[in-house]
Amino acid sequence: MAQALIDLIKRQFPSAVLETHSQHGDDTLVLNALAWKSVAEFLFSSPDAAMNMLVDLTVVDYADREPRFEVVAHLLSLSLGHRLRLKARVGNPEGEGAAIASLTEIWASANWAEREAFDMFGVTFIGHPDLRRILMYPEFEGHPLRRDYPADKIQPLIPYLEIPGIEKVAPFGRDEGMSFGRQVHARWAEDPDDPRAN
Amino acid sequence: MGELKRSTQVIEAGEGAAFATTKLESMLAWAQKYSLFMYPFVTACCGMEFMSVSSPRYDFSRFGSEAPRFSPRQSDLLWVVGTITQRQAPILKRIYEQMAEPKWVLAFGTCASCGGFYDNYACVAGVDKIIPCDVYVPGCPPRPEGVLDGLMLLQDKIQSGDRRPSIVKPRHDPAVDQGLGLIDLKRAVKA
Repeated sequence: MAQALIDLIKRQFPSAVLETHSQHGDDTLVLNALAWKSVAEFLFSSPDAAMNMLVDLTVVDYADREPRFEVVAHLLSLSLGHRLRLKARVGNPEGEGAAIASLTEIWASANWAEREAFDMFGVTFIGHPDLRRILMYPEFEGHPLRRDYPADKIQPLIPYLEIPGIEKVAPFGRDEGMSFGRQVHARWAEDPDDPRAN
Repeated sequence: MGELKRSTQVIEAGEGAAFATTKLESMLAWAQKYSLFMYPFVTACCGMEFMSVSSPRYDFSRFGSEAPRFSPRQSDLLWVVGTITQRQAPILKRIYEQMAEPKWVLAFGTCASCGGFYDNYACVAGVDKIIPCDVYVPGCPPRPEGVLDGLMLLQDKIQSGDRRPSIVKPRHDPAVDQGLGLIDLKRAVKA
């Protein structure tokens, strides 16, 4: 079934399919980024594919590859019960020019998934109705899941307090805190004659 | 009651009559520590543990912190329960600033105390980066006993007027102290 679907796409879009592979029932089509939307439209409307659900859409950053980003869409046909994974590669090694057509017109669930992909990786989805950040705040600069975003870089919205002399080591002795309830799990620990209790 | 007891003197006036003197501050502190109106700022999974500790099984209303107030103007104890993201930090700060004095802050769990493993672009590594914090309750999530210890620690601090931040210590565990495993401990208890 799945191979038949791949063959169908290959026949329909001979120049759009760059490579395919099938492993353990996961069928993947790597597409030319320019054919992204037309293939998706065909998969949605063709009765042989009937991909009526976009499960997820995300991006992978392969920092050492050209094109750098891989946009991945997972499709499911609820009526025919098969799945297909679409991939397309965009962007140069500097992370610029990463743009691909939006699938929001076909599957409404692409809306937020594409906003997240834009927020985290900076891939632009052309034709998206409302391409804003969805997780990070508007003041945030850069795209945090890109490989070249520094792992320890934070962008606080309000300045951090600087209070000298505050240490997070326990500052108090046995008499402070735990006014009662210093729980003892073994009876011998309270027995002064038992050598194990001190 | 410790501080109140220490500062209270009962004076016999003869004929079976007596009167007591105390300090106004310790009287006020005594009243404050047993009438903590709490504002639960619950953002993450620690909220489940917070519900557990506020429900009848652990029941922290025994300590006078019974009434949750969902208006910061009416509360004196801010419970920060869960991870605080950079995006949420201004909201937390604003809530804190809206609370009327005197006010205290309790960081519930590792994320609120120091960020825990959320050492990343999105999260604040501890609420004390944003607002002053009185008591830290460690744990991921903390056990209800740890939360009760934290509440009692805060009450002690309110009574003594100590605003230095404190951490709830782990309870004394003789098995850990002596490097015994659980099986050894069970055997020891049986013997």
